[in-house]
Amino acid sequence: MLRLISALVAGVVLGAGLVLSGMANPQKVLAFLDLASFAQGGWDPSLALVMAGGLLVAVPGFAYARSRGKPALADSFDLPSATAIDGRLVLGSLVFGIGWGLAGICPGPALAILSLDGHQAFTFFGAMVAGMLIFHLWSRRA
Amino acid sequence: MYWTAFDPRAALIGGMLIGLAAVMLFLRIGRIAGVSGILGNALTGAAADRPWRIAFLAGIVLGAYAMARSIGGFTPIFSPGPFGDWPQLVAAGLLVGFGTRLGAGCTSGHGICGLARFSKRSLVATLLFMASAIVTVFVLRHVIGA
Repeated sequence: MLRLISALVAGVVLGAGLVLSGMANPQKVLAFLDLASFAQGGWDPSLALVMAGGLLVAVPGFAYARSRGKPALADSFDLPSATAIDGRLVLGSLVFGIGWGLAGICPGPALAILSLDGHQAFTFFGAMVAGMLIFHLWSRRA
Repeated sequence: MYWTAFDPRAALIGGMLIGLAAVMLFLRIGRIAGVSGILGNALTGAAADRPWRIAFLAGIVLGAYAMARSIGGFTPIFSPGPFGDWPQLVAAGLLVGFGTRLGAGCTSGHGICGLARFSKRSLVATLLFMASAIVTVFVLRHVIGA
């Protein structure tokens, strides 16, 4: 139960942060990604500050957590085991970037806007879930 | 127009909340707050881990709603590109879903958590998806849409 509450609270903080930061606003995300608009004075540097703010807290936060040896409500930290930079990482990231550039929405914001926007948020979310399921079927075959 | 104008304070504080959420999840239950991984594994991963994953995902929806209500006037704005409204959203969603699972992470997992623990894989992933998104927006807005 404590684990569930911790996960829920962390999710709430993340959702609030995504909205406040502007990351849940596709228009703002696209305005950041549109580097060419810099020349016209329309470039929006917000996302760089979002990232900076996130790392400002997360870098010392993760270091502190690991210095404690283990999490409060589990036996050990569950960290990704992969270390190699392989084709999957490269190709997957490139494909993700194309999708991100097409709509200005990444997975966190896709959830954050479900209650804030009409059918468009659901259209994107449904397609994203479908993409994840297609990956699951494909990777079991491969 | 508060929400489309550049607001450094909101961006910085919002970003700090995102970082705080990642630290909270890691500190409490030892998990990486990567939304694509948590959503993907909630769908197809271990049943024992499904409850906390769903709680986390539900939290995002609730927290976003609460923040939007307390600020007021927030509506995400989509701008349909040259391919129209829903075909572009569907294509984008499919690519984001497939790509983040293949690349084992998205903006939260690689961009915040991975970079915060100095993962070389996450640095490469973040640079690649940023570059690919920048090129995509350039092509849409300045090549096709010009």
